[in-house]
This record gives sequence, structure tokens and C-alpha cells, in this order.
Amino acid sequence: MSVLIFADQAHGKIKKVAFEAVQYGAKVAQQLGTTATALVLGTAANEELEALGNYGAAKVLHVADARLNEVEGTVFTKIIAEAVTSEGAQVVIFGHNFDGKAIAPRVAARLKAGFVSGAVSLPDTSNGFVVKKSVFSGKAFANVNINSAAKVIAIMPNTFALEPTDAKAAVTAFSPAISDADFKVKVSSVETVSGEVPLTEADIVVSGGRGLKGPENWGLVEDLAKSLGAATACSRPVADTGWRPHHEHVGQTGLTVRPNLYIAIGISGAIQHLAGVNGSKVIVVINKDPEAPFFKAADYGIVGDAFEVVPKLTAAIKQLK
Amino acid sequence: MKILVCISKTPDTTAKIAFTDNNTKFNEAGVQFIINPYDEWYALVRALELKETLGATVHLITVGGPDTEPIIRKALALGGDEAYRVNTDSQDSFYIATQIAEHARKQAYDLIFTGKETIDYNGAAIGGMVAELLDLPYVSIAAKFELNGTEATINREIEGGEEVVKVTLPVVVSCQKGMAEQRIPGMRGIMAARTKPLAVVEPVAADALTTVSSFELPPAKAGVKLISPDNVDELVKLLHDEAKVI
Repeated sequence: MSVLIFADQAHGKIKKVAFEAVQYGAKVAQQLGTTATALVLGTAANEELEALGNYGAAKVLHVADARLNEVEGTVFTKIIAEAVTSEGAQVVIFGHNFDGKAIAPRVAARLKAGFVSGAVSLPDTSNGFVVKKSVFSGKAFANVNINSAAKVIAIMPNTFALEPTDAKAAVTAFSPAISDADFKVKVSSVETVSGEVPLTEADIVVSGGRGLKGPENWGLVEDLAKSLGAATACSRPVADTGWRPHHEHVGQTGLTVRPNLYIAIGISGAIQHLAGVNGSKVIVVINKDPEAPFFKAADYGIVGDAFEVVPKLTAAIKQLK
Repeated sequence: MKILVCISKTPDTTAKIAFTDNNTKFNEAGVQFIINPYDEWYALVRALELKETLGATVHLITVGGPDTEPIIRKALALGGDEAYRVNTDSQDSFYIATQIAEHARKQAYDLIFTGKETIDYNGAAIGGMVAELLDLPYVSIAAKFELNGTEATINREIEGGEEVVKVTLPVVVSCQKGMAEQRIPGMRGIMAARTKPLAVVEPVAADALTTVSSFELPPAKAGVKLISPDNVDELVKLLHDEAKVI
């Protein structure tokens, strides 16, 4: 028996959510009295793979096949299922990110494993195997019992603080039986916003709403974000009117983010927006309307004109750094 | 071409989230139910657009009790041709996916659309599970879907960007914003929906691999600390020294 973790990578770099998943998997393994094995698919340097030991992986299985540099759900499922068999894994851990959403449910169906996605707690094994997950778009939690022997858990990104050690994992090459014919979905082009922190992994997010009046004023948000090393986001009306791209839209029908710090500028805080951000550890709201509902969900607030407050805030942060 | 759209009943996006029966049940009092927005605005409307431009039959399926019929009728009013309701209250994603796969196997669909997730359980599981059970390719979180013969070109969201993929039908696709624009059913659609076929089928045997034992609400915030707009330095100091986030 063991715990298998799908450690997601892009361009040879292991993603932050993969470290979180490995650490989570190692803790589950400890609870079950077994060890954690991470599985990495595609090209990645040995140091990257060994470093998964820092988060508790005893062993890393690596499939160094360049065809796996982009995710193909059918093929990834086949490989993960093969690794589950060879490791005798009973629990499989994923990050609940875009790749996890493409693969984890398939793996769960193949293994006939109970599936919990968006997990925000370690399993409680005192009475069954209960995992807490985010439901109602972040407005509540459900405690879900997994009844089956095989279990698949996809953890919410940015939820489990990393506690790295110096331990190194033993890296083993893994050679599953896959052929070109297994690749049904072919990637024809990729458009990435390079050099920026993915929104769901960012520690700090600076977000703008209609209060900024137009896309020409987005420099305010970007300057503040830059001073903090933060990712930028926006509310739904801003994405709907095309001021900002849809992939920056945070809220019930957009992305859910759980950063350490969420700064909302000129966002009133409709219930649908709050759903996407209320997992943030600290929320700062800057809005000129003292009645904005967002203040009720905030830790710190400034009632004032964003066009005056934000440049001052950016300057003060630059001074601190 | 035959398209299956999977729809689910969810509380309205503005519904108050509360629980009853010792926090084991969602409190439905005063709550309005809708078609899960991703299922309706993106999956269903894109299927209807394909029907209008290329010619297709659009089937709907929902797994749920008689209380789901109003949302099925609304989906029919928007333009779905026939509907299937698998009569069960089970909430486990594997159980639900098994029911949908069972139906789809008999019908040989070219396309199966789901929403990217429901806004109540946020499982994001059904599309991938149905694809696996039917041994079909699955493209998740699609923002654009174009069809040329039997080859689909799909834009899907990835971390920090977008990817364009090509796949040959049949395929399962989970849909999000960008696929289509929300529609409002017209009076003719509403009238026509009353007589469109809605078959109630009994579930096949399958395991419910998970059960929700209880719900909880997040702890209440302590209350906002207001800082004067003339004293931005104070906010920076609090974020650094008190909250320790910068």
C-alpha cells in the first residue's frame, strides 16, 4: 500500500500546487502508516525531481517522455493507473487546478475510487475517512466520507502552507506502455501569459472593479501588484465589458483564489464575487462607498478614492521593500 | 449529429447558504433553483447554436428527483429536443456519471457537453468520469468550440493561459464562459416545451462511493479595521507587522 501523488509540472518546473499535493500526500501516508510516491510526467531535471523529497515524497517515479510535456487526459489516466498498480497505491492525490480537473475524475472513475475535489483538510480517519471540501463556491464546506477502498483527492491550491525540509527523494524511471495512438487530443497551440504568477497560485492578488472607471486606469492596479510581486485579477463586470481578459475574472463564475492577501480596489463585493475570494487569509478593501458590502468581508478597509489612495499605497510599499 | 447536454439543478447564485437537520441538509426554504449556470449558459446554448448552424438533435439529461422537472422544462424551452431524467436523489459523482454513461451508451452521441462544474457541489467531476466510463476523449474547461466535419477545435483554459486542441468526435467537453452567450426562452419555446418528450428512467445499480456527512459555514470575520485614506502608511504597517502578509 502507498499514497501516489500526481506532481504537475509545466516547462520542466514542478508547480507550487504539486508541492502542496506532495506534502498533503506524505501526511496522508503517515496517517495510514505507509510512504508517499510522487509521479512526474514529461521532461524535468533530476534536481527538480529530487526536490519533491523536501515535501515528503520518499520516491519519485519519472516518465521522461517529451510527448507528455502537454497534458492529454486519456494517456495521463492510463499512466497514473499503471503507477497505482505498480505502487499498490490506495490513495491518489492531485492538485485541484486545471490539469487536476482534466485528469483526476477520469482516474477516479477508472479506479472506482470515491472522489473528493477541492479538499481543504487532511482526512479525518477517526470514524471513516472524512475529507472537508469547499462547496457552494466557497460559501460553505462539506465533510465528505469516502466509502470505497480506493480514494482520489484533489486539493484546493494555496490552502496548505508549505513546510520544506532538506530531504531528497529517490528518483526512479518509470516506463508505462503508451503508444502514439493513445494521444487522442492534440495540442495545436498554446498561449500563455509568460512571466506572470498564475492567479490561483499567487500569494498576493490585487484586483480591480468597475470603480476604476476604465481599462486606461489599470496601471494603478498593475503598479501596486508589481510593488508587491502580486498577480492581478478583476471582477465580473470588468471581464464582461472586456477591460480585462476573462482568465483574470475572480468570483463564483470565474476563478476561486485563496491568496494570503487579497486587495480589492473599486469592487463593491457582490455575493458572487465574495464566493471567489473569501478563502483569502487577509482581505483589504479600498472603496469610496462606505456602504460597499465588501467591507463586511474585509479585514482592513480604506474608505476613499482609489485614484488617490492606490498610488500612495504603492509608494509606501516600495519604501518598505 | 446527436448532442447530449448534462444539466443539473442548483440554488440561484444569490441564494442564502444555510443548513438544517443538524447541518446535514441544505436549507431550501425561500431558495430559488436554477439550471446550473455553466450547464445552461455555455453547454446548452453552444449545443443549440450547433443545432442551428449545422443541424443536430439536442438531448438533455439530468440525474435527480421530480423536483428537477421545472429546470428540465426550461432547458427544453430554450431549444432542447428531448429530455431524460434518471430518477434518483443520489449525490455521488461516480453514481451520477454511471447513470449518464449508461444512457449515452445506448444513444451513441457525437458530442457530450457538461458545465465545467456545478455552483453548489463544485465537483468538476462528471465530464471526466463520463468520458472515462465511455472510453472517450475529454476536453475540460473549454472556452470555445468549433466543428469542422468530425474534427473539433477547442480552446481550453490552462494555468496562466489558453491552449487550442484538436480532437475527432465523439468527445466529452466541459464548458465555461466564452462558449456562448446566455439566452432567455421565448413564449413559443415555453409553450413548445410543455409537449416535448421527457422520459423518466430508473437508475442502474452503481456504488455511491462518497457521502456528505455534514456541512459547515466558514467562521465569521472579526470585523473590518478601517484606516483613514490619509494614513496609508498605517495600512502598510498593519499588513507587515500585524497580518504579516507583506
